[in-house]
Amino acid sequence: MSRHTLSVLVENKPGVLARVAALFSRRGFNIDSLAVGPTEHDDISRMTIVVNVEDLPLEQVTKQLNKLVNVIKIVELDNSQSVQRELMLIKVRTDSESRSHVLELVNLFRARCVDVAPDAVTIEVTGTTDKLEAFVRVLEPYGIKELVQSGMVAIGRGARSITDRSLRALDRSA
Amino acid sequence: MTEKMTGAQALVRALEQVGVDTVFGIPGGAILPAYDPLYDSTKVRHVLVRHEQGAGHAAEGYAQATGRVGVCMATSGPGATNLVTPIADAYMDSVPIVAITGQVASPLIGTDAFQEADISGITMPITKHNFLVTSADDIPRTIAEAFHVASTGRPGPVLVDISKDALQSTTTFSWPPVMQLPGYRPVTRPHSKQIREAARLMTEAKRPVFYVGGGVHKAHASTELLELAELTGIPVVTTLMARGTFPDSHPQHMGMPGMHGSVSAVGALQRADLLIALGTRFDDRVTGQLSSFAPHAKVIHADIDPAEISKNRHADVPIVGDCREVIGDLITAVRAEQADGRKGDYSEWWRLLNGYKETYPLGYEEFADGSLAPQYVMERLSALVGADAIYAAGVGQHQMWAAQFIKYENPGTFLNSGGAGTMGYAVPAAMGAKMGRPDKVVWAVDGDGCFQMTNQELATCAIEGVPIKVAVINNGNLGMVRQWQTLFYDERYSNTDLQRVKRIPDFVKLAEAYGCVGLRCERPEDVDETIRKAMEINDVPVVVDFVVHQDAMVWPMVAAGTSNDDINYARDMAPNWEGGE
Repeated sequence: MSRHTLSVLVENKPGVLARVAALFSRRGFNIDSLAVGPTEHDDISRMTIVVNVEDLPLEQVTKQLNKLVNVIKIVELDNSQSVQRELMLIKVRTDSESRSHVLELVNLFRARCVDVAPDAVTIEVTGTTDKLEAFVRVLEPYGIKELVQSGMVAIGRGARSITDRSLRALDRSA
Repeated sequence: MTEKMTGAQALVRALEQVGVDTVFGIPGGAILPAYDPLYDSTKVRHVLVRHEQGAGHAAEGYAQATGRVGVCMATSGPGATNLVTPIADAYMDSVPIVAITGQVASPLIGTDAFQEADISGITMPITKHNFLVTSADDIPRTIAEAFHVASTGRPGPVLVDISKDALQSTTTFSWPPVMQLPGYRPVTRPHSKQIREAARLMTEAKRPVFYVGGGVHKAHASTELLELAELTGIPVVTTLMARGTFPDSHPQHMGMPGMHGSVSAVGALQRADLLIALGTRFDDRVTGQLSSFAPHAKVIHADIDPAEISKNRHADVPIVGDCREVIGDLITAVRAEQADGRKGDYSEWWRLLNGYKETYPLGYEEFADGSLAPQYVMERLSALVGADAIYAAGVGQHQMWAAQFIKYENPGTFLNSGGAGTMGYAVPAAMGAKMGRPDKVVWAVDGDGCFQMTNQELATCAIEGVPIKVAVINNGNLGMVRQWQTLFYDERYSNTDLQRVKRIPDFVKLAEAYGCVGLRCERPEDVDETIRKAMEINDVPVVVDFVVHQDAMVWPMVAAGTSNDDINYARDMAPNWEGGE
């Protein structure tokens, strides 16, 4: 199995996320991570889907996704040719003694402290999956009270945009 | 043109504009506003069916027989959910239908209102696409989009769910609307490089086979297929969905492949060195155990749906495109090969295949007690009714016998539920086909189990003047299930006996109760006369109760999950693949 990152441009309409999610479950494909949000174009949303499959099932995933009428375009983003980020918020148990140690780790990981309470701090950190996992590992000894994480978002490196051509198609049909 | 009107009027006007002449449906609360302007339409005939499932299958039969989009209509909640089976059926067999359902008023959606069901959510995995419309302004555009999506690319069912308030509010109608389908771009033109490669493989192959599926007829490419087959001299097998796409009488036709295929067709696939798969999807009922299917063959796979290519079997030459264009381009490419002096030599291959054909023809057992063999009924239907008629089968043994023993010469003359295997398909599908092609004789070939699922549409046929003919192959059992119980469950007939001895219901009386003519035939010597009598009646529907022996079985057979190589042409009788007697 290997991890693949798919950027999926979809029409910004109700029910599209349900169609994509239902397709994955019906065809027996597992989603590792999913993030949805608006793009620079009002009519288009972008999903970043991380799937853990062999190459052949991946081809089926993309072909089946392409059959959804609301899906405009699918691009697989290569790890080395793209920037990939996840966002995590972590609430760590601290007291007056441990707080400075935790804040030192926050600095080392270029994370940010976003809330402080007498017995806890809340930290915001972004990065790749590996970095976030490493950060969680070093915080574990202090006691993680709560953790929440976004799906991965990713964008290709360089000047080219995956939306250019699809947007022209959209303008033509409008 | 722009005109002020209600959403309901806009719906009916849009249906008229896309060329709908027949709608099968039943009204109810949420769809009621649409039925008012429908009452006035002079272009759209609404056929009041007796059950929404009948409306859906009728739309399928209409679509299969005419090549146009079939339309069915139902109200919200149970009306809509009763359409689920035919929609799933149409999805599996790529039949272009549009289902229009009423939905509760938009402020009530999500409140568990009376007769509310999330039909767009329910049908998401069984429609090519679906729409929920909550504004009258969106109705004409959505109808245009629905018909476009249903009928282009790989055809399929599209559902349009319209809230009651959208039907009741006022809008401005203008036609044609601008479709907004930026993500829908089916590829129809095949890639020329792949076509040349396919032609090269066809020339070099020693044992090639055309493996033809339902997509060839859907692309209206049977004429082109005949030309390509005769140009190359390559044998042809036609799947259940492709019966009639290539004439049965043609010497290059090897029969139907699959679980109940002919030895010659199954043998041709298994021993081939090249499959030219056209508009077909390597269904498990054709391939048997996938790992041992056509083990020596390279695969050229042409289909309009890219997701079908290499889904089940790796394609060495994938071709995405409309089968008519693909076959047309293949003809040109093969001609070019032949002009350069390269022509395939398949003489050894034909010697082997002709041996299979001669040694293992389709056959069946006759019964010593003089009772009727169902296969004989099919043979006589074929002989007396002929290849110009349209036949619609249900699902089970009778369906297989109809596929095997009726000889099809023309595309689109055998309608059945292939992928979904929907019992109850035959009667309403025959009704839809007859309404779409009133010039044709239409026979439903049904089992007694299937017939009891949807025979209420005989009332519709009788009242609307749709004189279909129904051959009920009455073996008093859920026959195909019984056959499996005979073969694999030690003859333990759990819940397959429909208690024919009690004659409940009496199909002749049932037919009469529905305003049809009922006939019964129990002996081989009466078959011809009964069929002739049925053929003479053209003003009302006819139901013939063919009482057949319950122990007749469908052969040949490849048991589920086993290899095609292990086909039996009769019980415990395996062919000798190396040829010879």
